[in-house]
Amino acid sequence: MRRIRASGKPMTKRRPSAPRRARVRLGFLPASWLRNHLQVVLASLGRLSRNPLPTAMTVAVIAIALALPAGVYVLTRNLVALSESWDQTGTISLFLKMGTAIEQARTLAAKLEAHPALRRVTLITPQEALSELGRHGGFSEAIAQLEENPLPVVLALQPAPHVSTPEALEHLAQELEAMPQTDFARLDTQWVRRFQAIVGLAQRGIMLLGGALALAVLLVVGNTIRLEIENRRVEIEIMELVGATPAFIRRPFLYTGCWYGLLGGIGAWFLIALALILVRAPVSSLADLYHTQFRLQGLGPAASLAMLGSSLCLGLLGSWVSVGRHLTATEPR
Amino acid sequence: MIRFEHVTKRYPDSGDALSDLSFELGAGEMAFLTGHSGAGKSTLLRLIGLIERPTRGQVMVNGRNLGSLPRRKIPRHRREVGMIFQDYRLLADRTVFDNVALPLVVAGLGHKEVGRRVRAALDQVGLLRKERAFPITLSGGEQQRVGIARAVVARPPLVLADEPTGNLDPDLSREIMGLFERFHQVGVTLLIATHDLALIGSLPYRTISLRGGRLAEDTGIW
Repeated sequence: MRRIRASGKPMTKRRPSAPRRARVRLGFLPASWLRNHLQVVLASLGRLSRNPLPTAMTVAVIAIALALPAGVYVLTRNLVALSESWDQTGTISLFLKMGTAIEQARTLAAKLEAHPALRRVTLITPQEALSELGRHGGFSEAIAQLEENPLPVVLALQPAPHVSTPEALEHLAQELEAMPQTDFARLDTQWVRRFQAIVGLAQRGIMLLGGALALAVLLVVGNTIRLEIENRRVEIEIMELVGATPAFIRRPFLYTGCWYGLLGGIGAWFLIALALILVRAPVSSLADLYHTQFRLQGLGPAASLAMLGSSLCLGLLGSWVSVGRHLTATEPR
Repeated sequence: MIRFEHVTKRYPDSGDALSDLSFELGAGEMAFLTGHSGAGKSTLLRLIGLIERPTRGQVMVNGRNLGSLPRRKIPRHRREVGMIFQDYRLLADRTVFDNVALPLVVAGLGHKEVGRRVRAALDQVGLLRKERAFPITLSGGEQQRVGIARAVVARPPLVLADEPTGNLDPDLSREIMGLFERFHQVGVTLLIATHDLALIGSLPYRTISLRGGRLAEDTGIW
């Protein structure tokens, strides 16, 4: 065996000090590991920005897919808010038999004031009801045509605070309906509850829609990452030859997936914001017509964060699946 | 540094590329590996780089039995083996600097250290002024010197070269061999596969010849 040392050149053969330095630790993670991650986070974003058009198209697809369930969520959120503002007017309308005189009605009202389950009784005469209808309902011309007032006397009953459950209210309404002067009693909260049940159904629909579209996002990201892996096959091979670990090779693809997810989430957020801006004015004028203080609600901070977080996770998951499927063919045979 | 013990490598569709091959290469040695195309030169190098595993027999590299090396330790092994290819295997979309830096980046070295070592390696192959160039703008000889710089930048104890001068004219080939001799002089173990018999005939180094996957001739240690 022959071994010649360099005469003067200070080039040493064996392991230098640098790898040891790379093992300096920050907390429980090696500094080199953190540095590499940070570099890859920025490099993968840089790579995306160098191909703006394909990136924008992928991000747009993800954004639209995410905006659909999030948009339905915003819709139901507004419907819930709307129905809650109605719920506070949970009154019982007691329609008295036609022909009941005002005086009789007043006596009945006074009697009902003393009922323990009732807080307040308001008498609405047919005349009041008719003019109210004329003022707000826009039927003034039609009403002017009427020869006599077709409306009955109505007692608007405000239940006492302790009568709040649907069952108790129902029971009270039945009891009032049984009185001889009553034509029928209408519980105003009933249709609100029906409405809320429909909204509940819509909320369940978000889950289904969201699940289907989350799958779509996974497939879009997965396929994009697969193409990226194919494009960079040579690079991956060379990296493996110079001793890159599988984690090192995976990392840029996983971060690319995260970026796709996050950018898609941000895009979806802006789509929803845009839609809200577009419908805000019509909704306000509609609310004004109905004399409600209802104002349109957006996603809100919690749901916004949840959407961004889940879109990022979807991006990561999509790329993870793709990387797992397409980066495993390089083991020595 | 390298020891083959009765190594056979069989490909499912083309038969034995290597059969019952045994030889040893000591630390700090420089040797040529020759033979016709298909004699098994590339296969032998691929076994050392753990790009492939033998069908039978044992390959020991740097005191390590590659047959029992678990998958997760392969990257570490490859960092200790510098590999040079006939087609250079450079990344076209990265500068000379970034190409040479790759093994160090992969090993997680710091920015400063990478810069220092890459420039040292480029200086050794005489390409310091081309660090910002892209491989496509370089001549074949220059590209191969980039490949060599990449192979030695992490200072591996063992360097393998597969037909490093295959695409180069005789003058450039001699230049490349001169580089290898300088690495040899500082203690690096080199195994260079080539069929350029004229070139190696003029150099005083051990030559291992393969024929049909078997050892045909070994001039022994010089």
